[in-house]
Amino acid sequence: MNDEIRLMKGNEAVAHAAIRYGCDGYFGYPITPQSEVLESLEALMPWETTGMVVLQAESEVAAINMVYGAAASGKAAMTSSSSPGISLKQEGISYMAGAELPALILNVMRGGPGLGTIQPSQADYFQATKGGGHGDYHLIVLAPASVQEMVDFVALGFDLSFKYLTPAMILADGIVGQMMEKVVLPPQRPRRTDDQIREQCPWATTGRKGLRKRNVITSLELESSKMEIINHRLQARYREIEKNEVRWEEINTDDADYLFVAFGSIARICTKAMELAREEGIKVGIVRPITLWPFPDKAIEKAAEGKKGILCVELNAGQMIEDVRLAVHDRIPVCHYGRLGGIIPSPAEIVEELKKMIND
Amino acid sequence: MKVEIIIAGFGGQGVLSMGKILAYSGLMDDKEVTWMPSYGPEQRGGTANVTVILSDDKISSPVLDSYDIVVALNQQSLDKFVPRVKSGGILMYDTSGIHKRPERNDVKVYPINAMEATLEIGNPKAYNMVVMGALLEVMPYKLPMENVVKGLKKSLPERHHNLIPLNEQAIEKGRGLI
Repeated sequence: MNDEIRLMKGNEAVAHAAIRYGCDGYFGYPITPQSEVLESLEALMPWETTGMVVLQAESEVAAINMVYGAAASGKAAMTSSSSPGISLKQEGISYMAGAELPALILNVMRGGPGLGTIQPSQADYFQATKGGGHGDYHLIVLAPASVQEMVDFVALGFDLSFKYLTPAMILADGIVGQMMEKVVLPPQRPRRTDDQIREQCPWATTGRKGLRKRNVITSLELESSKMEIINHRLQARYREIEKNEVRWEEINTDDADYLFVAFGSIARICTKAMELAREEGIKVGIVRPITLWPFPDKAIEKAAEGKKGILCVELNAGQMIEDVRLAVHDRIPVCHYGRLGGIIPSPAEIVEELKKMIND
Repeated sequence: MKVEIIIAGFGGQGVLSMGKILAYSGLMDDKEVTWMPSYGPEQRGGTANVTVILSDDKISSPVLDSYDIVVALNQQSLDKFVPRVKSGGILMYDTSGIHKRPERNDVKVYPINAMEATLEIGNPKAYNMVVMGALLEVMPYKLPMENVVKGLKKSLPERHHNLIPLNEQAIEKGRGLI
């Protein structure tokens, strides 16, 4: 058996994936259900091997600003937290979006609002996809449905954030963070040398050595006319991302009469619900958005053609459903089934909701 | 092949680690595996359960309504999961501490006294491996013992590898209960 095939929790897998990507630094503060990220990094001691910095900051606010500082010098830096901790990081995230810096942020969502519960939730969809912090910005938001995707999206998230110079977020839930599955880890990549960082990130504060003009990293611009130009530049980049980076998965959409739209681990539960429904003769398919921003609206519009209805299944009171309704222009009924506060729906419960929608 | 199992009992009985060793054994046997704990503010004495799915194909939902095999290690877990064994499935439970026996005629029921068997071995920590031995014996999917041993090696930190023979002994003891 390949030595690189392992059984691990999603959170643990992120730690391995970060080291293997050649991540330069992780700055975090523990919170359930994602504390294993920091714990695993501390146990793996990458500072002894790749030289990656792992630091438990004094707070979430400190951690995100350490990421800001590292990113400003062109480093591949990341942080992770769960819902209440991610709220604390929003100021730093907005600043990084404004300063056009790459970074990776993992949110393993738990039930809210407030301190809420420690059980799985998807109630931070709005926060992740509609801004979260202040100002006109977007994060690239990736929603993993398996432990393997937790691994794969570390590299994807870093690559996209460096390509478009904006922070990327992995929006996971407690299920993906806590369950163990088979994973194949990528090979170890060396961390970039200082020269490589200078070449890849000519904007970074890497030391000018008298050879180039000063690089200034800031999100502050007091002249409105200049600030508008910066905003237009950001918006142009978001349009580029929308054009190039939409990702989704479809299962049995061709012959279906109905669609489930669900993201993350809930899409997996919907897959089982789809199997159960089809055994009863109800033809249902699934669209699983993988990028929540940019949202796969055109894919959903296309998949919905000729369908009788869509059931959005989410661990929230109805958040992604707004984007789904916009995608299909309300041409077909779009219903919602949500469980709140950390409760996970079972496949049979989802089938029951589908039947209710069909009979209404 | 696909087998959907839930192991349920008290925190501290080794439910989660038994699930982990089972999942690792499946992985060593080249299966797709998912290990999904009922995580929460759990502690010794509280309830704990873990869903383990072993399959030849990609696994869809880690969350299930019903199971091919239910292993219940206390009355609460037995009460909760008896209705959730698939018809034709397997229900295994430890008889120690059980005052109300399950009523299902459409499933194979295996009452075992794993607690007593563990006391005979003399190490209470081996309890979950006695249960696992019994489970391996009744499971329609026959996991080769060599892969179970590999699974044990992968699951246990190296400093505990000296305990592998004890665990193997406990598994054999458990097989003998069937």
